[in-house]
Amino acid sequence: MTIEHLSPGLILIVGAVLVPVLRGHLRSAYMLLLPVLCGWQMLNLEMGEFGTFTAFDYSLVMLRVDKLSLVFGYIFTIAAFLSVFYALHIRDTVQQVAGLSYAGAAICAVFAGDMVSLFVFWELTALTSVFLIWAARSERAYRTGMRYLVIQITSGVLLLSGAILIVGETGSITFSQIGIDSLGGKLILLSFGIKAAFPLLHNWLQDAYPEATVTGTVFLSAFTTKLAIYALARGYPGTEMLIWIGATMAVFPIFYAVIENDLRRVLAYCLNNQLGFMVVGVGIGTDLALNGAVSHAFAGILYKGLLFMTMGAVLYRAGTANGSDLGGLYKSMPWTTTFCIVGAASISGMPLLGGFVTKSMILTAAAEEGHWIAWTVLVFASAGVIYHSAIKVPYLAFFAQDSGKRVQEAPLNMLIAMGITAFLCVAIGVYPDPLYAILPYAVNYVPYTTAHVITMLQLLAFATLGFALLQRYGFYPQELRGINLDTDWIYRRLVPRTVAAFMRSLVQARDELRRWRSSLATYLLARVFHYHGPRGILARTWAISGAALWVMLLLGGYLLVYYL
Amino acid sequence: MANGKDGGKTYWLERPGSADKIWWVLIILCVLLTLADFVYEKHPHYAVEKLVGFYSVAGIVFSIVAVLVALGLRRFLMRKEDYYDDD
Repeated sequence: MTIEHLSPGLILIVGAVLVPVLRGHLRSAYMLLLPVLCGWQMLNLEMGEFGTFTAFDYSLVMLRVDKLSLVFGYIFTIAAFLSVFYALHIRDTVQQVAGLSYAGAAICAVFAGDMVSLFVFWELTALTSVFLIWAARSERAYRTGMRYLVIQITSGVLLLSGAILIVGETGSITFSQIGIDSLGGKLILLSFGIKAAFPLLHNWLQDAYPEATVTGTVFLSAFTTKLAIYALARGYPGTEMLIWIGATMAVFPIFYAVIENDLRRVLAYCLNNQLGFMVVGVGIGTDLALNGAVSHAFAGILYKGLLFMTMGAVLYRAGTANGSDLGGLYKSMPWTTTFCIVGAASISGMPLLGGFVTKSMILTAAAEEGHWIAWTVLVFASAGVIYHSAIKVPYLAFFAQDSGKRVQEAPLNMLIAMGITAFLCVAIGVYPDPLYAILPYAVNYVPYTTAHVITMLQLLAFATLGFALLQRYGFYPQELRGINLDTDWIYRRLVPRTVAAFMRSLVQARDELRRWRSSLATYLLARVFHYHGPRGILARTWAISGAALWVMLLLGGYLLVYYL
Repeated sequence: MANGKDGGKTYWLERPGSADKIWWVLIILCVLLTLADFVYEKHPHYAVEKLVGFYSVAGIVFSIVAVLVALGLRRFLMRKEDYYDDD
């Protein structure tokens, strides 16, 4: 393996090792340099498979370069750079090393050509990313991190089990289209489904992301779930089941997002809803739909990252991200407000911004293939996302009722990172051709038709009107302090409580048995004492006549038995 | 808000009548966008898309439905903030 065939992600992973040695500005510069080097390496890659070596009878492919892996590689590198920039002000070596190696592991995973390498980097993303949660350094973060880690590792174990079954059947460990016919295929789909936050498997996301550090959440939002979208697009394109799963995913988080108070958790639900669009795209599986899914992942990493950055800045300065405690921050954080609005407009599919040119591809593909139910659901989800994410988040944080909080604007490095990300959101929306050029399939898609623009603007304006109507006439739900039950209730409440109740009854049964045993022993001893004790019938001194009578009876008994 | 926090500065958004202005601008925008349906040629995939103002109705109905359903769900789902703290 030569240097030009080195997996670009390794630059970040190996490079992260040197971070603790460096100090001050040198460290900052070095950390920014790593993603740049990684990007440089990626731009110089040729298409094909490299870095192959044989282990036992199987050939591992460390570097498979095709259009699908490249587009994810590019956006992961951009996200790594922006996240590092956003986190430059922190002096926490753990987070810096974890963040860089997490990004590197995700990049290595999209370039992995076989299932074993994929598994290794799949697990490495879990192991590195959990430190971004633990870095919040609280008991709460520790517990959340443990839950996150258990679920992520489970996903990896399922991937490995599925891979072993598939190798047993086909004899090949190449990671390409898998399909759900075999048991191995089903296990791997489940593994990908956990990371992609399929409905009922989703809750690690909303549980963990809002508990990570301010900067950690920005890293987290970019890689894990989008790696899963990549894996689904590679392994299960055109699997019809995914259309239904994706449609469900696009809808149910909306309701949670509406009633959630922690704005970073609102964004986590909203992230889940965006993943739903991508999963539908993979499920439809036509060239247009897959391009839509991939490009939506690309744009989504940017605008979702931007929104998490702005809410991170709010948390950093105001000390809370709860909607009920915020409001009026546009006065003290005008730049952050502006960037948040750009991100919000982008996610809601406003023309001239990133979300518009990518989401409409998925909707068009659904309509063209005649999936009218999925199409209706996605239109509903598009309207829902405008309301719950694009309006609610900026409104509650920066406008709404003035909370009286007067804080400093975000640190300069955060502002620059947000500025670049916002610029990219606009750039993709205004000039989507470079993005379309790197998509896996040839694109023959025109986003800016009059019909597209007008209908999208109608949807936007009227969803905003719906919000304004509720707000003006007092039907708008008040933000309440509290948490909402989700599937994590099962493993945080139901299972522990059930197990605890079972253990309690076991202890009771044991105590009962002990009591029973000791009372039985007491009873037996009492009986023995009764017969053999000093006053017992068998311990008495008997009169001769009495004893002679007993002996006679005994002998008589023998005689009788003898004759019988 | 004349509380001196902002150095006596009153922001446009806080002046009386500003919220009304935003409201009316939004309504005018909505009306214009719906009327625009008469002007351009549509390329619908489904018959419903041919209806004038289909996306307008979808936008307002879907967003209000989402809020109302969520409010209903909140009755069942919401717990105190320290719900999991005693675990």
